[in-house]
Amino acid sequence: MAVDWRLGGVLLGFVFFLALMLVKPIGVSTQFVIADGVIADTVASEVIYQDAEGDWTSDNPYLARYASKIANPLNYGFVFVIAMAIGGALSSRLRNGVARIERSIPAIWQANFGDGAMGRMAVAFVGGFIVLFGARLAGGCTSGHMMAGMSQTAISGFLFSLGVFATAVPTAMLMYRKEG
Amino acid sequence: MTTIILALVIGAAFGAVLDRIGATNPSVLINMLALRSLNLMKAILLAIGTAAVLIFAGQMTGLVDVAHMSVKTAYWGVLVGGMLLGFGWAITGFCPGTGVCAAAAGRRDAMVYIVGGLLGAGAYALAYASIKDTGLLDAIWGGKVTLGAVPGLDNPALLPGVRGDLLGIVMGALFIIIAFALPSRPRGGHAVGAVPAE
Repeated sequence: MAVDWRLGGVLLGFVFFLALMLVKPIGVSTQFVIADGVIADTVASEVIYQDAEGDWTSDNPYLARYASKIANPLNYGFVFVIAMAIGGALSSRLRNGVARIERSIPAIWQANFGDGAMGRMAVAFVGGFIVLFGARLAGGCTSGHMMAGMSQTAISGFLFSLGVFATAVPTAMLMYRKEG
Repeated sequence: MTTIILALVIGAAFGAVLDRIGATNPSVLINMLALRSLNLMKAILLAIGTAAVLIFAGQMTGLVDVAHMSVKTAYWGVLVGGMLLGFGWAITGFCPGTGVCAAAAGRRDAMVYIVGGLLGAGAYALAYASIKDTGLLDAIWGGKVTLGAVPGLDNPALLPGVRGDLLGIVMGALFIIIAFALPSRPRGGHAVGAVPAE
C-alpha cells in the first residue's frame, strides 16, 4: 500500500535535506559508471591503474575521472545506492512484495500491449541504455539533477527537468493510451 | 567509517520512501508522465519544496554548512541528456534510482533495464571524448549557476542582486503551493485497479 502523497512528499524532502546536511546531495547515475569500471577492471586488467604519483587513472578519459572511486567502490556514493536497493526491497517485502505476473510485465504494459514478456524486456533493455546514456551526458539523473539540483536552486536542475518532461510527457501519452 | 554508516542509513531511507510513494512501480510512473494520475508528481514537488525550505532555512540558522551544497554545471548536454532520459523513462517507467529499487524488489524487467543501463553508461564513457569535442559539454550561463546569490557560496547567480537563500525559501514555498494546487487527475476519470483514490 502506498502512503498519502503529502506524507510521502514530506518524508522524501526530509531525506534530501538530511543527505545534504550530513554528507552531500543525493545522486544515483554516477554509480552505474563506477559499476561499469569495477566490472571492466575485473574482466580486463589495467582498465584503471596507478600513475607515477600513485593516483588512480585510466586510459579512457571518462573513467579516469572516476578511477579512484572505481579502485575503492566502498565509498559513500556506491554504498548509498546499494543501501537504496536494500531499503526499496525491504519496503516492498513489508507490503507483500510484487505480484508474480507483475514481476515480468507491469500492469500498464499488460493493459496496452498484452501479456507477452519479450516486448516488455526489449523495451526495458533499450530504455535502460538510453536513460543511462542520457543521464551521463546530462551529468545526473532524476535524483541528482531534478530532486537534489532543483532543491538547491541549481539552474542545471531546471534545464534538465525541462528536457526530461519535453520528451517524457508526449512519449508516455502516445505510447500508453490505456491506464494500467 | 561514519560516512559508510550514513550512506547505509540515508540510502536505505531513500529507497524505502521511493517505494512507499509508488515510484518503484512503472505503471505509477508512466501514468504520472501521461498526466493521468499526478499524486506521485505532487509528492515529488512537495519533496523538492520541503527540502529547499529546510536547506536554506538551515543555512540561515547555521544548522547547514553551505559547503555541503553541490551545484552541477549547466551546459547544453544537460538539456539533450535530459531529453534522452525523459524518452527512456517514459517507455520503461524506470529512472536510474527507481529501476535499481524495482530490480531489488524482484521485478525482472528492471533487472534487464539495469543491464541496458550499465551498457548505456559504458557507451557514454567510450563516446565521451568525441562528445566533448562538439562543445556540448561547455559550461553556459557561468557554469555552476544558482537562482540567486547564495551567501557563503562562490557560484555565479542568475539574479546576482537577490539573496539566494531567501530566494530558495520562496522557490521552495512555490513548489509546495504547486504540489497542493495540482489536480490529482487532470484528465478526469478514476484510477484503474486496486489503488484507492486518496
